[in-house]
This record gives sequence, structure tokens and C-alpha cells, in this order.
Amino acid sequence: MMASSYNAKDEDGHHSGSVSHGGAGTAKSKKPDNTAFKQQRLPAWQPILTAGTVLPAFFVIGLIFIPIGIGLYVTSNNIKEFEIDYTGVNVDSPCYTCANNFSWNSTTSCSCTVNFTLEQPFENNVYMYYGLSNFYQNHRRYVKSRDDRQLNGDATALKDPSNDCEPYRKIGVETIAPCGAIANSLFNDSLELYYVEPSGALNAVPLAKKGIAWWTDRNVKFRNPAGVDLPTAFKGTAKPVNWRKPVYELDPSDPDNNGFINEDFIVWMRTAALPTFRKLYRIIHKNQSSTSTLPSGRYVLNITYNYPVLSFDGRKRMILSTISWMGGKNPFLGIAYITVGSICFFLGVVLLIIHHKYDTRSNSADIPN
Amino acid sequence: MGMDFSTLRTLISRYCVGEENWVDSRTVYIGHKEPPPGTEAFIQQRFPDNRIVSCKYTFWNFIPKNMFEQFRRVANFYFLVIFLVQLIIDTPTSPITSGLPLFFVITVTAIKQGYEDWLRHKADKAVNECPVQVVQNGKIICKQSRRLRVGDVVLVKEDETFPCDLILLSSSRDDGTCYVTTASLDGESSHKTYYAVQDTKAFTTEEEVSCIHATIECEQPQPDLYKFVGRINVYMNNEPVARPLGSENLLLRGATLKNTEHIYAVAIYTGMETKMALNYQSKSQKRSAVEKSMNAYLVVYLCILISKAVINTGLKYLWQSDPNRDEPWYNERTDTERQRHILIRAFTDFLAFMVLFNYIIPVSMYVTVEMQKFLGSYFIMWDDEMLDEELGERAVVNTSDLNEELGQVEYVFTDKTGTLTENNMEFIECCVDGHVYIPHAICNGQVMPGASSIDMIDTSPGPDAREREELFFRALCLCHTVQVKEEETVDGIKHGIHQGKSSSFYISSSPDEVALVEGMKRLGFTYLRLKDGQMEILNRDDEVERFELLEVLTFDSVRRRMSVIVRAGSGEMYLFCKGADSSIFPRVIKGKVEQVKARVELNAVEGLRTLCVAYRPLSPEQYQQVCHQLSGAKLALQDRDKQLAEAYDIIERDLILLGATAVEDRLQEKAADTIESLHQAGMKVWVLTGDKMETAAATCYASKLFRRSTQILELTTKRTEEQSLHDVLFDLSRTVLRHYGGMSRDNSSSLSGDCTDFGLIIDGATLSAVMRPGQEDSNSGNYKEIFLEICRNCSAVLCCRMAPLQKAQIVKMIKASKEHPITLAVGDGANDVSMILEAHVGIGIMGKEGRQAVRNSDYAIPKFKHLKKMLLVHGHYYYIRISELVQYFFYKNVVFMFPQFIYQFFCGFSQQPLYDTAYLTLYNISFTSLPILLYSLMEQHINMDILKKDPSLYKDIAKNCLLRWPIFIYWTVLGVYDAMVMFFGAYFLFDNTSFTSNGQLMTTNTQMMFGNWTFGTLVFTVLVFTVTFKLVLDTHYWTWINHFVIWGSLVFFVVFSLLWGGIIWPFLNYQRMYYVFMQMLSSGPAWLSIILLITVCLLPDVVKKVIWRALWPTTTEKIQILPVKSSEGQSCVCGLIVCVR
Repeated sequence: MMASSYNAKDEDGHHSGSVSHGGAGTAKSKKPDNTAFKQQRLPAWQPILTAGTVLPAFFVIGLIFIPIGIGLYVTSNNIKEFEIDYTGVNVDSPCYTCANNFSWNSTTSCSCTVNFTLEQPFENNVYMYYGLSNFYQNHRRYVKSRDDRQLNGDATALKDPSNDCEPYRKIGVETIAPCGAIANSLFNDSLELYYVEPSGALNAVPLAKKGIAWWTDRNVKFRNPAGVDLPTAFKGTAKPVNWRKPVYELDPSDPDNNGFINEDFIVWMRTAALPTFRKLYRIIHKNQSSTSTLPSGRYVLNITYNYPVLSFDGRKRMILSTISWMGGKNPFLGIAYITVGSICFFLGVVLLIIHHKYDTRSNSADIPN
Repeated sequence: MGMDFSTLRTLISRYCVGEENWVDSRTVYIGHKEPPPGTEAFIQQRFPDNRIVSCKYTFWNFIPKNMFEQFRRVANFYFLVIFLVQLIIDTPTSPITSGLPLFFVITVTAIKQGYEDWLRHKADKAVNECPVQVVQNGKIICKQSRRLRVGDVVLVKEDETFPCDLILLSSSRDDGTCYVTTASLDGESSHKTYYAVQDTKAFTTEEEVSCIHATIECEQPQPDLYKFVGRINVYMNNEPVARPLGSENLLLRGATLKNTEHIYAVAIYTGMETKMALNYQSKSQKRSAVEKSMNAYLVVYLCILISKAVINTGLKYLWQSDPNRDEPWYNERTDTERQRHILIRAFTDFLAFMVLFNYIIPVSMYVTVEMQKFLGSYFIMWDDEMLDEELGERAVVNTSDLNEELGQVEYVFTDKTGTLTENNMEFIECCVDGHVYIPHAICNGQVMPGASSIDMIDTSPGPDAREREELFFRALCLCHTVQVKEEETVDGIKHGIHQGKSSSFYISSSPDEVALVEGMKRLGFTYLRLKDGQMEILNRDDEVERFELLEVLTFDSVRRRMSVIVRAGSGEMYLFCKGADSSIFPRVIKGKVEQVKARVELNAVEGLRTLCVAYRPLSPEQYQQVCHQLSGAKLALQDRDKQLAEAYDIIERDLILLGATAVEDRLQEKAADTIESLHQAGMKVWVLTGDKMETAAATCYASKLFRRSTQILELTTKRTEEQSLHDVLFDLSRTVLRHYGGMSRDNSSSLSGDCTDFGLIIDGATLSAVMRPGQEDSNSGNYKEIFLEICRNCSAVLCCRMAPLQKAQIVKMIKASKEHPITLAVGDGANDVSMILEAHVGIGIMGKEGRQAVRNSDYAIPKFKHLKKMLLVHGHYYYIRISELVQYFFYKNVVFMFPQFIYQFFCGFSQQPLYDTAYLTLYNISFTSLPILLYSLMEQHINMDILKKDPSLYKDIAKNCLLRWPIFIYWTVLGVYDAMVMFFGAYFLFDNTSFTSNGQLMTTNTQMMFGNWTFGTLVFTVLVFTVTFKLVLDTHYWTWINHFVIWGSLVFFVVFSLLWGGIIWPFLNYQRMYYVFMQMLSSGPAWLSIILLITVCLLPDVVKKVIWRALWPTTTEKIQILPVKSSEGQSCVCGLIVCVR
């Protein structure tokens, strides 16, 4: 029961391509192709959606989607994820003091320690994220408050950035580098992870700072301005208001990770789509030994608390996660696939019934014609 | 300097003309000579010069004026406002996004209009600078045409075009006539004769002409080409002699002098006051039903837009009431922003939201609709099935605005003569006092003289009867306005006609007259020519008889007759009158009325056109009286027509009946078939004709408008004479309603019981009684309603004895009835113009009665039969196409804008756009524009042969059914659903989970986070694919062009996105899209979710389509499946075609 058909005239016209159809065109036509078009008689495929044609498609979709969904769901469930909120809202939470005594002017940094336990070991590479809630990185005023030319190392834009950066464009006469609200609000908590050995000794977990930003961002989109070294290149510019260090001192441990191409900075500069978001902070590479990357057990998270979120009722989290071929933990996609597949299958059955019941009727009605 | 002054003067004079127009007549001094003192005051009136200004712009005012014109259109104005708002306030999207499309549209239109205007400038210049020969002081002077002034005497040579409206003074012909063709004015190529005033026709040289001392008084310029009244006062020895001037003295600008060596004439209307210029005014714009629904939808969407903006602004301020949300430490305002008053801020926010969502009403929709209409109309012009081989004419599209209206027609009003019939008259017989003469067809050029088969009704014709017979023949030879088209030499005429060779032939504006004169030729009396006021006839004995033509009482459709007064060689004077039986019989006092009447009725029933001929001998005294009456009426400046009609009425009485003629007008090829198809398509066909009832009814039966089973209801003067109009109307309505009431009751039992349908015949007089607004009788107001009620239940209506204006009145009445049906008028003659202009769609037939109908129509077709394809195929297709186009456009913009609306709830109502600027701009311009445009040009949901074979399919789209509110709401709801799926699908992928790209596949990089632009790009990708696939689902006709455009536009989107994100574009000050698309595509979940979301978006529509088709199929859908079932038969046909080839 195929409901689509090639129109009778196609068979001869479609392949030869230069034959015109219908009695009208043939006699007078000088340019036959053109005439078939002008007479609206070009060869055409005329498919029609009927229960008969759609039925198999529904079953096929169902049959394909359900396994994919199950696969996705299982994969997603196998991903291990651990999340801990360290904002310090409650009095008994370790960071309560740091959170409530926060002042922009303080020179000393406040630090706090959060203890947690991983029930299961984390295999392979583990990704460490920080998550912020109720932080509107997608606010229009915020999103546009940057100057991509400046970030690309453009010398004129460094000294005279775009007006979009207002009010984070200049301090006095000195321009801010990097300018704008996004850069100004760079996430500057530093997180350190320690594994508590059964003996009680703290064993620092190695956190890789590089490879967390898009390769193209780090190498093409973001560039440091030209100069003998970074301090000279950034000479005559001011650091953003809320920063403690200038941009060329972001990573004291690695000189290549400074300036605009600092990867933490690049990650932050990619504004999140939604007010609750997480950003990649560090990567814990799989160790060569056979032991798992993060064995189960007790851990200590050491936080240098620099980033205030309580004022706008925000939250800060630290997330540890493994990944799979389909990315991070994401049960939604799997569930959605299973649901849609089942619906298609169900609809296929319904259509089969309809088709069976009604198409025979219309068949018999049509036969006299 | 002088130049400047003259322009200044013209300017001033133009303004002054405004006042002078109030003076209802003007005085023209021929050759600018003052009238002799004492006769009248010499008032120098100012008239405009002869400059023709058809161009709209000058070099200087082009830009401002054209911009003004363009922004007067509501749509353009709307986009301009949006653009300006974007420029002024700090808006989410750059002004380019709306400025660029607007600029494009405006520029293209401006260039087109500028080019057209430049062409007009050139044409104007050519016309205005063309040399004209003017007589001044007895000498010929060459002037530029634009310098011509009212009162100048002009010399025009053969084949030259008249430079302005002129009054003929004298001609190179001795009789003071000249021949003119008005082909460029009204398309009639026949030569018309114009006359010089008796008193001036003798002045035939420059010197003489400049001696003419005369003034002309005439009305102020009027656009009517065929009306002119004026008076010339010629001063002979200071004695003024007044002569009437009529349209036969007026040579119109644009007409061409033919067959006359030269003429002298005086300019009376110049420049923009000429009748041709006054007729430049374009006719009023007709708007289609689709356009009206489109505008209604537009209003709905405008409301949605505004409410969206209001809601968002409100919520924004509610949300922002917490200062930490309004201005958290990481996102502070600038000082200037803080200082702004809150109301101003709120208003700016409102405007910003408007700007953000403004794409919901896309500028491209207007462009696409216009393009669809313009390009689509070519299919009508190209259609070979609407090509008439004989005439070599194709269908003409004068307005492409109404293409889709052709698919919505409910009432067809058609003219009879020339439309249903061929207007190819053939003389069939004549009847003199009851003797019937049937001329044999001319075989081998041999004319059988009058002896040809004569049906003897009476006893043998005595000498008296013979005399009457010859008088009858002579009457027909004389009483007409036929001209003899001459070939080159004057000598050839007589010779040519006599030999029956085709070297010369008769021309007339009325084909009946030609048929009659030719019929007379076959009966032995040949009309030779009109020379020096003498009509020459070659009688049976090959003798030339001469009659002096004294007066012509021209034909008009009110009197329905014409007369001539001639003086025979012997000095007797006769008035010959011919006309419709109804207008002749009441005026007859003598003659064998009964026999003639019987024959006339018999002929009428057979569908022949009959005319009666009568005469009246005039004594010299009577003639004097007639002359007096006529000249009195002709000289009148006011109400001349009325006075003339009265004079004619007095003159044309006491007639003696001679006989009657019958002329056949054959039905046009396939007229019956066409009418039947229109009936089956659910259209009501009305025939409006000036013909008499019996003839018209016969034609209606022949053309299957009435079938044998049709019950005819008559609403004619005959019946209303017996009963009052009131009773007749109520009687008829009772008959009709009783029948239909009964029908509806036992409707369920028998569907085939629809055997009796009604046909109504009404005549002009009764109609005007019905239409007359009731003053004295309160009931009469209802007549119209009752009449409409009756008409509604009749499948066919015949209106006979209609005046042209009544035709338009009927159309207007039906248009205004409570269902507001779509009407279509078809006609070929000047008398149909009013109805063609009145109806929603006016169609002109390229007939024999000139080109006026064609010029005023929206579409013109060569033959009536082409109407079938025009409506059933083209109309149907256009309607389907444009309705899908309109619905789809709104749909795709809801899907486009709604996610952005929802996104505001997640970005703090900050007007952050979801999509990148490039996507915002190009979505409607390039990613989704071509497929729908192509669909709207190519779609054929059903094969056109089936559409033609099964006219009832037309009913499927009646009453604008594809653009009704439920369907519109379905599309909108579907759009909102799709938008929700896209947005929340992407939302759940981003929210709370690490929607990340699996970098390992592409680079050595690992986990990377996606930002807001990736979010938007994901939604946008799903959007473009969904919207395109939706069209894929709706397309029923896939030619290679469709495949190319649909898949091509998707490929274009992908390629563009790759390119747009692949390079750091130096001219952009942001690089937000850099590598976003590639990164997205390198992530597995992105692919999976794109596929999933597209499927989910399309699913409901597919299911709806399939279930509806299975459970409640429309006729269209049933037909669509048929070809599949008979595929074997088709393959047979296929084989056959291959074999033949």
C-alpha cells in the first residue's frame, strides 16, 4: 500500500529531462524544458501522507529510538557524579563565617574546609566543576559587556575598548584590561582537593589547569597583546575593579597561562545560557597506576573564599564527575528518547487500527469510480 | 531666467486652474483673436500649457517623495519605526537586523520606481518636445508640443497623432470630414469619422484658416471620452452664427489621423486637461479576501507582539523590585542609566521588547507575497491552454493582486453577446410583411438575388408589396453607421465592393450592423459608401442610387434604436428606424404588426437576435420641424443628452412597420461545457444581457445554464403587470422556500432528490423596481431582501434588458448581501466595463467590441471557455498556494520568536536575544524564504487534469476555508508547541547537567562547557530544520526544483553557519559565534537532541494529518489517493506515450 507515486508523465520525462508533457506543450515548444515548467507540467514526485505510508515510519522510529534511549539512559546512570554546596548559608556549614564576613576591601583571604566522602571510586578522568546558581550570566547588560577585539590582542582596543564595557571600562584615565562586567566578575575562589588517606594524612589530588577551554578560544579567539613580556604589554592598563591581581598574574605557576589566554578566564568569558550553570574548573587525569582516579573514601575540599554570592541569593557548588561518550550525566536525553520511541510505537499501533478499519471502507467506496 | 519665469507662470496658472474649474464652461478664442466688439466681453482665461506630466518625480524630489510614498504603506512604516527605535534606544539587537531587510526592500522598490519614472520622463520629453505645426498670422510655424496653447490653430497631417484635444475646423476632404483611429485610446482599430462645422469647413489653407473669427464655448474638461458638448460662434461680418459641437467634432489627443491628407483644428483642452490625461487616473485598487485575512492575522500578531512586550516589561519590573536582582555587584548600570527616570526606563524597556520580538511580523512576508503574486501570474500568461490560436492571443494579467481570488469565486456574472456567444453575427433571414427571405450563403462569390427561398406566409406579393420589400432593403442599407474600409485608391472602392472581392469591407462598432449590411448585399442591395453626405447604394439592377443623409439619430442603449433621415434622389424624405422590437412596436401605427411580431418571437425563441425596421415618410414641413427640434437640442450646453433624447422621442413616432431581421450569434466553443463546470464547482452563474428575454433565454438553454429540468421563475414586466410586484415576489419566494424546506426535511432520506433546481429570469424594468429604495411603502425595503433570498436559491439567473449601469448595480447588490460572496464579472464590451470594475474580479474577453473591457479588467482571456481553466485550475492552485504561504509565514515566525519570549523568563527579562544577530537577520531572508516561495509557485496538491475533470473540487476551498480562524489557530498553536519543544528540549539538556561536547572526537581537548550562544544555536538549528521539514510534509508536488531549493536551503544554512563561526570576522566587534556551531556538532548529545527535537516537533502535525485523512477525508484528499489505485492504468498510458514517441 504505497500512497506515493510518480505521476504518469514522469517516467518518460524525468530521465530524458527534455521532454515536454501534455498535448499542449509538445507541438509549439521550442524550448521543451522551459515549456514543461511554464505549463506547470514538470515531472514530479507526488507523495501523500496516509496512514499506510506513515505506519512503517512510526514503527521504525519507535524501534530505533527505544534502544538509543535505553543506551543513553544506562550510560548516563553509569556516570558518577558528586556535588557539594559550599556557599555557607547555614550557621553550621564550614564556610558560614567566610560567606558572612566577606568584604571587597579585605586584603587577607578567608579560607574554609569542607569534608566529604565518596561512596564509590571514580574511574578514568574526573572533571571538577564549580557551579553557580541564581547568577545571571545571560543578562543582556552582562553578556555584551566585553570587547572581543581587546581580548584578541588588538592594541587600539586595549587602550580604547568598546563602550559596551561601561561601567567597567576605565578607572580614572586608565583603561581596564580586560574590560567589562564579565571579566570583572571572574570567579576567583580557589579549590584544592585532598584525599584523606586511611592513615589520616592529607594527600593532595593533582588538578590540571590546562585543557579546560576550547582549543580555538585559547589559540585564536583570545590573544595577548604584543609586547616583550606581559607586564609591558599590559602597561598603562588597570586591573578590573574586583580583581586582586592584574590579568598577567592570574596563574603564577605557569607563565603560559597568563593574560587573556588564561584558561580559567576563557572558561568564565563564555557566558552561560541559564542562571544556574556549572563551569569546568580542573581536570583530574587518570593516574598511570591501576588504582582508580579518585578512590572511595574521605576527602577534604579546601576553599579560598573570595567570591560573594549571598548578596544576590546565589549558591556555589563543587562538582566531581566522570564522563562518557555522550558527555556528562544527563538522564533527560535517555528518558526523552525512550518516551518518544514508545509514543511513536503506540501511535503506530493506533494508526494500524485506523488504517485497517477505515481504509477498507474508503477502498470499497472508491472502487465504483 | 526666461525659462524660470515661464515655469513659474505655469505653476501659478496650475494653481489658478483649480478655481477656474468651478466655472462650468470655458471660452476659447480661435487664433487668440478677440471677438468683435460689442458681442461679448473678451475674458482672457488661463489654461495650462500642453505639457504632459506623467512622471511622478523630478531629479530633486525623487528621494524624499519616493521615501514618503513608500513609508505611507503601513508595513513599511512599521519597520521604519522599529528601525528608528533601534537606532535611538539601546536595543538588544543591532539596527542592522531590521535595517538591512528594510533597506533592501526600500531600495529595490525605489530603483524599480525610479527606473519606471525615468522611462516616463523620457516618454514625456519625447511627447512634449515633438514638433507641432501651428498656424500663426497665416503662416505655419513649428512649435514644441508643450508650447501649444488653448486657442492655437494646429495643422495635423496624415498618420500624425493629435497633440491635444482639438475641434476640427476644416479638412483636406471636401466634405469636411476626417478619419481617425482611436486604437491607442480604447483599442478600437476601426476608423471613425469626425466632422467639421459647416461654417468653417471651407477654410482650407493657412491664410484662410487664420481669417476665421470664432469663439468656442465648451464645458470644462471631463474624463468621459465619448461625451463632449460645446458651441462655436462664428462671426460672419460681425454676425455671430452659433453651431453645436459634439463629440463628433472633437479630436482627442492620442488618436491618429487616417486617410485624410491634413486637417486644421483648434486646441481646446491642453496638457493635463486633455481627455486622455484625465483618463490616466488608475482605477481603484481591489483587495483580495486573502489579503483581508492576512491583515486580520497581522492585527492578531500585532496584539500578541504588544502583549508579549507588555507582559515582559511588567514582569521585569516585578522581578527587579529586589535591588540585588536589579543590580547585583557583578552587573552594574552606568551612571547615566541610573539617573534616568523609572518611567522612561520602563518605556525604553517596552520598546526594546517590541524590537526583540518584532520579527514575528516579518518584512519578508510582504516581499514574498508580492513576489509570489507577480511571478505566479506568469503561469497564467504562459498557459498554452489559454492561448487562442485564431487570435494569437494569450491570457493577460493586469493585476496580479487577485490571483488567489480566482479560487474563491461564488458568483459569476457574464455578459451574453460576445462572451457566451461569439459575437460573430450572421444574417439569417428577414421578414417583410410576413414574407420571409433567407439569403443563401454566398457560394463561389455568387450572390443569389432576392429570389432565394421565400417562405410565403401571405398570398403572392403584389406590386405594392414589392415596393415595400425594396423599401425595407433600402432602409437596411441606409439606416446604419457602417463605414466602408477603403483600400488605397478611391476608385477601387466601388469596384471592390461590386465585385465582392475582399479589397474593401465594412467596419462598424456594432457587428449586427455589418451582418445586416452584408446580408442586404446578398439580397441584392449593396451599400457602397458615404460621399459628400450622399449614401450610395447599388440596387439589384446594378444602378447606383443616391440618398442624401440628412440626420443620424444615433443608437443608444436606453432607446435601443437608431434612425436616419435621408432624402431620396426623387426628393422624398424618409425617416428609417431600426431597433429592438420592444422599442419599435409601441411606436408603430401601421403595418403588418401581427405577422412580424409572430416571426420575431419565433426567431427569438431560437436564440436569434432580432431587429425591427420601420419608416416614416417626412414631408418638408415635418422635416423642418425635426431639424428645428434637433438643432435646438444639439445647441444646448446643459443637459444636452436629455434634450436630445426628448427630441428623438418626438421624432421617432408614427412609424410604419416594414419588417424584421434575424441575425444569429453562435455560442462560443465549449461555452456550455464551461457553464456546466462552473455550476458543478458550486458557482452561481448569472447572465446579464441587454438582449431581449426570449433570445437570452434561448441562449441560456443552449449554453446549459438552464437545463430541461430547471424550473423557471419569471420576474418580468409581463408578470408584474398582472400582479403587483409585491405579490409576485412573495409568490416566488414561497415556491423556492417551500421546496428547500421540504428538501431539508427529507434530506437524510434521499440525497439524489436534488433534481429540481430553479432558474430565475428578471428584466431590467422589474429589477429597477425591486432595487428602488422604498419611500412610500415600508414593505418595499424588504423587496431587495426577498429578491436576494430567491436568488440565493436559484442556481442560475438571467437578467435581460439590462442597462450597463444596472449590471454594475446587480453585482454591487450581491457583493453587499450578508454572506459577502466573491463575485466575478466577465464581459467583452464597453457596456460591461462598469460591472467588471465593480466585481471582485473582473475578466475581459478579447472580443470584437473593442478593447475597453480588456483594458479595465483584472484579467483578460481570449475566449469564454478559458474561464474554466482560469478558475478551476489556476484559481484553485493560487488559493492553495497563497493560503499556505500566509499560514506558514505566521507559523514560522511564531516558532522563531516564541523561544526568545520564553528565554526572557530565564535571563532576568533583560531582552537578551536567544539567537545571534546573523541568524535573526537571515532567518526570514535566506534560511527559510526560498522553499516557501517556491512552494507557493509550484505546489499542485492535485493534478491539474483532475481539477479540470472534477469541478466539484473547487467547492473544497470555497469561502476562504483555508484561512479561517480555526485553521489559523491550529497553525499558531502548532507554532507555539514547536517553540516550547525546542526551547525546553534545549533547556533540559543545558540545565542542571553537564551538556558538554565530547571533545575527544575532534581535538585532543576534553570537556568543554557551552554558553548561551550555543544554546541559541542549538534551538535555531532545530528551528530551521523543523520549519523546513514542515514544508516538506506539506509539499505534494516535488519537481527537481523543489528538491534543489529545499535541500539546498538546508545545506546553505549549515554551510553558512560553518563559515560564520569559522572565521574571526574583522568587521565585527564581537566574535560570539566563533566555532560555536562546530563545537556543537562535535558533541554527540547535540546531534541526538537535534534529531529528537525535530521528530517531536513534527510528530503532532503528521499524526493530525494522517488521522484526519483517514477519518474525515475531504474530497481533495480522497481524490489524491485515487491515482495510486489506478496506477496500472496510468502505466499503460505511459507505455502508450512512449510507443507513440
